[in-house]
Amino acid sequence: MRISKEKCVGCANCVAICSVGAIFIGEDGLAEVNQESCVECHNCYRSLSYEHLMPGLTRTLRRMLKKVGLRFQPSPDVCPTEAITPQDLEWPRIVRRAFSDPMVTHESTGVHGRGTEEVKTNDVSQRIKKGEVGIVVEFGRPGIGVFFREVQKATRAMAAEGVFFEEGNPVTQMMTSTENGDIREDVLDERVLSCIVEITTSTADTVRTLNMLKEVCRRAETVISIGVSTVCDENGGDPLRNILEDQGYDIGWAKLNLGFGRVSNASFATKEN
Amino acid sequence: MTNTLHRFGKSEKLPDDYIVFAMAGKGFNDEGALEKAQTFLRAAIKYQPINMGNALVNALYRPEKNLSFLKLYFVGRQEKTTYEQLIDEMPGPGSAAAVFDDREKVRQFIQDVEKLDLGLSINVSALVDDVRDICGEVDITPHAVEYTLGFHGDTTRLPERDTLKLSTMCGHGMVSANFAKKMINHVKEGRIDKEDAAHCMAKFCVCGVFNVSRAMRILDNASKG
Repeated sequence: MRISKEKCVGCANCVAICSVGAIFIGEDGLAEVNQESCVECHNCYRSLSYEHLMPGLTRTLRRMLKKVGLRFQPSPDVCPTEAITPQDLEWPRIVRRAFSDPMVTHESTGVHGRGTEEVKTNDVSQRIKKGEVGIVVEFGRPGIGVFFREVQKATRAMAAEGVFFEEGNPVTQMMTSTENGDIREDVLDERVLSCIVEITTSTADTVRTLNMLKEVCRRAETVISIGVSTVCDENGGDPLRNILEDQGYDIGWAKLNLGFGRVSNASFATKEN
Repeated sequence: MTNTLHRFGKSEKLPDDYIVFAMAGKGFNDEGALEKAQTFLRAAIKYQPINMGNALVNALYRPEKNLSFLKLYFVGRQEKTTYEQLIDEMPGPGSAAAVFDDREKVRQFIQDVEKLDLGLSINVSALVDDVRDICGEVDITPHAVEYTLGFHGDTTRLPERDTLKLSTMCGHGMVSANFAKKMINHVKEGRIDKEDAAHCMAKFCVCGVFNVSRAMRILDNASKG
């Protein structure tokens, strides 16, 4: 993302909007984007309202008002002069947007957002089976961001413990080796708002896997959000909850797949036959 | 919609937060899923969800790109679209979400969705015991559950509690912590009322899962110190 020096009036509204704090007011009093920090989420471009004021006139007015101790300050969710300008992104920088802009669909999985359906469609995909536990490890969330080089440190540590990386996941798709947890070299210096690594384990091995993840988290330089999922039993309960509570996790918020989904694609039936 | 899984806040402070969303599985039931997702959202209208969205098109609250000085300061904005317009604009099924702040509405909506028999995956993000109780009341056995284990790693980098409660209501991180903090301070200083501040933040959450009712409650509490 760029901010036009011709259009910016230095109101600084975009500074607070930036999801990763990459926008700042430079020495010339106008907004700039730190290109290394920017994750190309397009939040500033997409979500600020535009007032279409004339930049030159607005800058002059701001200077005059400042001289008499007054200030022209647009509403906090407005870029008054439409100064935020997206740029054409090429590989590998385009990876930043794919992982950070929730309106973009991942090419590797065909899913928008972070590119994975995980347990949300499990009633049709059967991705997590009875007796299995899916673990969703999201690096950089909430709101801190992460470079893939740091994600690779974690995926290598996980691979060393013999975890199974979920195939229908965009980070797995960028791995050159799921046995080693290696991520392709050309994206390692790309920063994203967050990315999800998905692993599957057995119910019996859940505690060991969670303990391994504790060590990954202890070494992390970013924040990590963790979710764990499993298939419910015939009474709607699950064996996972007791395991988690025994491990000291506070159980409160969760997501339940109600089981209303069913396979209906004609192409799926053809494929099955 | 892992973006609804990690809402920060103590369990007892989350009784007014329910997200119900429909999703099609790629390659399994995504053919014709747009119409089904639209039917899902149309069914929600009866219960007046406090937010609604589909990440492919934007949410109920959205920025106005054609403001002018006169319109902004003398007429006001038109930043909340209608349920119908949002549904009509949907280009694809994506994740169609409706947010509620009333348990009874959620219970009735789930019953309605079951009767519609859309064949899409329907998920509810909320307090797990509450949703399990609702499932029992309407005689549904959930298929799967995903628990949040919270935030780990270098948590010293996280902002303070009230800011985090607001910013994590958009799990994609589009409501930045800096902006949430700015809104808390603006409400505290009397520069904006809590309703406008909540709507301001909701515009940034393109999936429409930002709970404006809860945001107003958080802003109210935070502004009083």
